[in-house]
Amino acid sequence: MKLLTHNLLSSHVRGVGTRGFPLRLQATEVRINPVEFNPDFVARMIPKVEWAALAEAVDCLNLAAIPKEPIEGFEHDETFLRKMHHVLLEVDVLEGTLQCPESGRLFPISRGIPNMLLSDDETET
Amino acid sequence: VVLPRISSRMIDIQTKMTERALELLCLPENQPCYLLDIGCGSGLSGDYISDEGHYWVGIDISTAMLDAALDRDTEGDLLLGDMGQGIPFRPGSFDGCISISAVQWLCNANKKSDIPAKRLYRFFSSLYAVLVRGARAVLQLYPENSEQLELITTQATRAGFTGGVVVDFPNSAKAKKFYLCLFSGPSTFLPKGLTESQDAHQATESTFTNERAPHKMARRGLMKKSREWVLEKKARRRRQGKEVRPDTQYTGRKRKPRF
Repeated sequence: MKLLTHNLLSSHVRGVGTRGFPLRLQATEVRINPVEFNPDFVARMIPKVEWAALAEAVDCLNLAAIPKEPIEGFEHDETFLRKMHHVLLEVDVLEGTLQCPESGRLFPISRGIPNMLLSDDETET
Repeated sequence: VVLPRISSRMIDIQTKMTERALELLCLPENQPCYLLDIGCGSGLSGDYISDEGHYWVGIDISTAMLDAALDRDTEGDLLLGDMGQGIPFRPGSFDGCISISAVQWLCNANKKSDIPAKRLYRFFSSLYAVLVRGARAVLQLYPENSEQLELITTQATRAGFTGGVVVDFPNSAKAKKFYLCLFSGPSTFLPKGLTESQDAHQATESTFTNERAPHKMARRGLMKKSREWVLEKKARRRRQGKEVRPDTQYTGRKRKPRF
C-alpha cells in the first residue's frame, strides 16, 4: 500500500461518516519500490493530499520528515516534487494495520493489500 | 486455491473491454489521472490503465484473484473489499472509475441478509462521493435481463448519477457488450454504441437523467393532442424503453369525428 493510497483511504464502518479519516497507520514491514517519476502526476495530486495525515504517516514509518506544507510554486519545483514522489509512490507498506480513528476497528494489511471487508453489523445500510 | 488457466482469447476480450471503457471515460488528453478499478481481479485491466500512463487503485472481493495480481506485479495498489459495502475513500479522490465484468454481481444475494437494491445503492452512492465532481464511471457489465439492468440504473440514478447505457454490437449475440456510463457532474452527451455497419443513425443507447425541468419546458408550447404532442409523447415513451409503434405519415392525423 502506497502512502498516496493511505492518504485517501477512509473508514466506511457504519456510523463513522467523515470521522473515519485518517486511518492510523502501523507498519511492521515496509519496502521501497522505485517508480518512474512523473512530475505532472505528482503536481496534480499534491492539492488532494491531506498534509497533516501524510506527515503523521511519514513519522509513523520513521521516514525523513517532509516539509510542513506544500511550498509556494511547488508545481515547478523539481526537488520538492521528487521528494513527494518518493514519499507518496515509492514507499510501500507490506505488513501492518490501519485503524479507524472513530470506531477503533483494525484493518490488517497483508502482502501490501489492506483488507477492508466489513461484517454485516459494520456495514452502513 | 488454484485459478483455472485463462485463455489468451479471454485476456484479449478483457483488454479490449478495458480499452473501450477508457475510451468512454473521455479523460483529458495527455494528463496522467488517478483511477479506481472496481473488480480489478488479477490486474488485467489495471495493466492496461498503467500502459496508458494513468495510476490506479483496484478493489476486488477475491483473495485468489488479488494473489494472482500480486504475482503479475501490477503497478496499482490493491484492496480486498466488497463494493456493495461502499468505497472506502475520501470524497473527490478519483478522476474516474472503470469496471470490467463486475457490477452485475451486486444483483446476486450471496447471503440471505443481502438485499441487491441496498448493496447497489451503497455502491453507487459511495462511488459518486469518491469521484471528483464532473468525473465519470464506465462500468462494463453482463446484465442477466432488462429487469436487472433497470434495477442497476435505477440505483445509479438515485445516487445522483446521470448517464446511460452504451451498447456495442447490439445485433451480435457473441460480441454484444453493455457499458453503463455514469456522469457525476451536469448531464453531457452519451457516446454512440459501436455497430458492425458503423451506422451512426442506429439508436444503440438509452439515457436517463434527473433533469426534468428543461424537458417540461419543451412540452409547454405544445397544444394537447396535436400531432406534435403525439410525436413528443411517443418519443418520451421510447426514451423510457417502452415499446412504441414507429412514426409514420399517419401518426397523429385528424380522425373522423366518432373518435
